[in-house]
Amino acid sequence: MQDFEPKIVAFCCYYCAYSAADLAGSLRLQYPANIRVIEMPCSGKTDVRVLLEAFEKGADGVYVLGCMEGDCHFLKGNYRAKRRVKQAKKILDEIGIGGERLEMYNLSAAMGPRFAEIAQEFTERIKKLGPSPLNKNYPPPPKEGEGHKGNSTKAGEGE
Amino acid sequence: MIIAEAKPLAEVAGLINDAQKILVVGCGGCVTVCLAGGEKETGILAAALRMLRKKEGNPLETVEVTLTRQCDPEYVDMLAKYVTDDIDAIVSLACGVGVQFLAERYPKWVVPALNTKFAGATIEHGVWEERCGLCGECILHKTGGICPVIRCSKSILNGPCGGSQNGKCEVNPETPCAWQLIYDRLKTLGKLDLLLEIQPPKDWSKSRDGGPRKVVREDVRLA
Repeated sequence: MQDFEPKIVAFCCYYCAYSAADLAGSLRLQYPANIRVIEMPCSGKTDVRVLLEAFEKGADGVYVLGCMEGDCHFLKGNYRAKRRVKQAKKILDEIGIGGERLEMYNLSAAMGPRFAEIAQEFTERIKKLGPSPLNKNYPPPPKEGEGHKGNSTKAGEGE
Repeated sequence: MIIAEAKPLAEVAGLINDAQKILVVGCGGCVTVCLAGGEKETGILAAALRMLRKKEGNPLETVEVTLTRQCDPEYVDMLAKYVTDDIDAIVSLACGVGVQFLAERYPKWVVPALNTKFAGATIEHGVWEERCGLCGECILHKTGGICPVIRCSKSILNGPCGGSQNGKCEVNPETPCAWQLIYDRLKTLGKLDLLLEIQPPKDWSKSRDGGPRKVVREDVRLA
């Protein structure tokens, strides 16, 4: 699946991940270009409906980045986000998309390198999983030992 | 209020297997408060069903509407413009009353997306507990405002039973003994003498007996 470039949406808390992303940029850290960052006032703004919508609109993976546990600017936002991510994972499992395509991470504003590391780590996870079952314009993942022919159509665009 | 919870997604999906276009109808009443069937949950269910079907290569079209209440004809009538010929099924996220009302009003296959559980209240955000047994004859004035019909596991009217241990119920040690609560409450109120009165057997004919119950208020009827 070397040529599969997943679409990944990262919902980032303004107080930690968004600043960490800035820091990663200032540090000139490289991370995969697959990540679409969405700024949120707090990871507690995470809504199951929005997470599902991201998948429906074509994301192959989604993650939520919140502050370190106990450090939320709004006290409990990240704990709430964690529970909502858990609920959305359950729904994704029921749908058959797979809850492992969704994750919650915690980091602080000072953790620019960690931001890049998460982006790398998660992108690899999704590459390994292959395209979301909703993005059928991608050919199925090749069986072991088989090569994979490229496909110029991007995941999630059209049927 | 009525407390309900979502049916498993696969069960709902199985009920509308043959449909190509469905109307997903939320309810703005009790099930919105217990976060089972409001506008947001309607959106989540519709999205989940669409994705499930898209994954199976059998796309589903959904129309989402949330009525103020599904247990009043005026609101149910408002759904008429959405119940077009191409709608194959209606999925109702209301209690059983809403599902029946939609089914009575519209000649469509109406399926429930929720399991209606009980008449309860919010204990904390995300926790609901049964508080009323809908027995048809309230005796809360005799028990300090704590209902033994529903909160006592055995629904006994002259308690506590022999199984009460340290204020907890023998059926489930996490459940407070309703009669212990009643005793404590009446003691606080200085009305322990109420417990000396033996309660006669309850008239259960006012509860689940003789078919559907009906309340008629002649003074407020329009016709």
